[in-house]
Amino acid sequence: MALRTIITKRTLAGALGFRQQHRSVQTFSLPDLPYDYGALEPAITGEIMQLHHQKHHQTYITNYNKALEQLHEAITKGDTPTVAKLQSAIKFNGGGHINHSVFWKNLAPVRDGGGEPPKGSLGSAIDIHFGSIEAVIQNMNAEGAALQGSGWVWLGMDKELKRLVIEITSNQDPLVIKGPNLVPLLGIDVWEHAYYLQYKNVKPDYLKNIWKVMNWKYASEVYEKECR
Amino acid sequence: MAATASANSLTSTFLPRQGVYGSSHQSIQLRTQKFARKAGSGTITAKFELQPPPYPMDALEPHMSSRTFEFHWGKHHRAYVDNLNKQINGTELDGKTLEDLILVTYNKGAPLPAFNNAAQAWNHQFFWESMKPNGGGEPSGELLELINRDFGSYDTFVKEFKAAAATQFGSGWAWLAYKPEEKKLAVVKTPNAENPLVLGYTPLLTIDVWEHAYYLDFQNRRPDYISIFMEKLVSWEAVSSRLKAATA
Repeated sequence: MALRTIITKRTLAGALGFRQQHRSVQTFSLPDLPYDYGALEPAITGEIMQLHHQKHHQTYITNYNKALEQLHEAITKGDTPTVAKLQSAIKFNGGGHINHSVFWKNLAPVRDGGGEPPKGSLGSAIDIHFGSIEAVIQNMNAEGAALQGSGWVWLGMDKELKRLVIEITSNQDPLVIKGPNLVPLLGIDVWEHAYYLQYKNVKPDYLKNIWKVMNWKYASEVYEKECR
Repeated sequence: MAATASANSLTSTFLPRQGVYGSSHQSIQLRTQKFARKAGSGTITAKFELQPPPYPMDALEPHMSSRTFEFHWGKHHRAYVDNLNKQINGTELDGKTLEDLILVTYNKGAPLPAFNNAAQAWNHQFFWESMKPNGGGEPSGELLELINRDFGSYDTFVKEFKAAAATQFGSGWAWLAYKPEEKKLAVVKTPNAENPLVLGYTPLLTIDVWEHAYYLDFQNRRPDYISIFMEKLVSWEAVSSRLKAATA
């Protein structure tokens, strides 16, 4: 009986790739954009897309990887003060990575369906919960315009309550911070770096124009997957 | 000119508290309120006015472009002042000094709607006055003594200040401030519109690290912006006179 237990434990440990001496930390890398930098013009310029992707998103990833490495070391050493101290860098940079990864997918060039309103179950759900797509857009744009500082506006889905929500998060907080059952369908980055070179202080114009390249197809796919 | 006369006598009651302001007359000008009579109604309404920076908009080129000032001062700062006036007009907040407004609307950490505009109006004026053409270099006199005493060295202070500015996640400000209770200098970073006034400290120097402050000139390169600010823009005269007022 004891022998069987030992063998089982060892096999399980082997299957998980658990090595007692050193556990390597997964590192993250910049996902490719599903379109060229200039493909979202004139709604968002290629200059912004390139800086946003190659500089801002990359920096979040670089700093996330660094923080994870430091966290791994601190955990291994049992250095609790450092573990606690690293939490904000992990939330900020990890959140930045999550949020931007979703963002690139929830935008699309017009020729690939950007701006086309959702049909199917998401379209119906929007009509039921909000009355119309226009109402969603108006609501999200009002939230985005009123947000002071840096943050995001989200159309999300509560997969427990099977309900659509509009939420804002500050800085790089991912939507899940607002509720553990929330899944992002569409996000709008309202950090100034997302629009400043093109729209300067006129954030409302950015918010108006980004809907021309909104990838409702992606939002519908996520929605349908979470509804199953 | 009756309006002017009454404005002068009224403004004397709104002179700034000691320790918060630099000695430049520009800062006094922001903090006094201009009063205008509404035509026909006989009511006096208090309005804050947008003051220009104490130098021409191209005076900080190439380190901070006139284009940046066109938007940062001409649009962002102006909007904070205009929107503040709209928010407080006809309310019990009307007639307070800007500093009192900030403290009242901060509401011990649960800020009221006018806090953002009030604090940002103050922060930006303080920021313009923290810089000067041909700025940078190093502090001297009592300021340098206190920096050496409280940070170990000027270089250590610079390192701490730059780190605070670089690691303020999202929008915000980095400050050198004087803590009146401990009688010590400190580097502080604040998010969004917050400033050391709400902490009970006396601000001495600030750098705006909202992206709109540097994006046209430096794009994502915030650390470069911070370095240029320290090397070429800081007005140590302004910082010194603020310290003098704070420790008087």
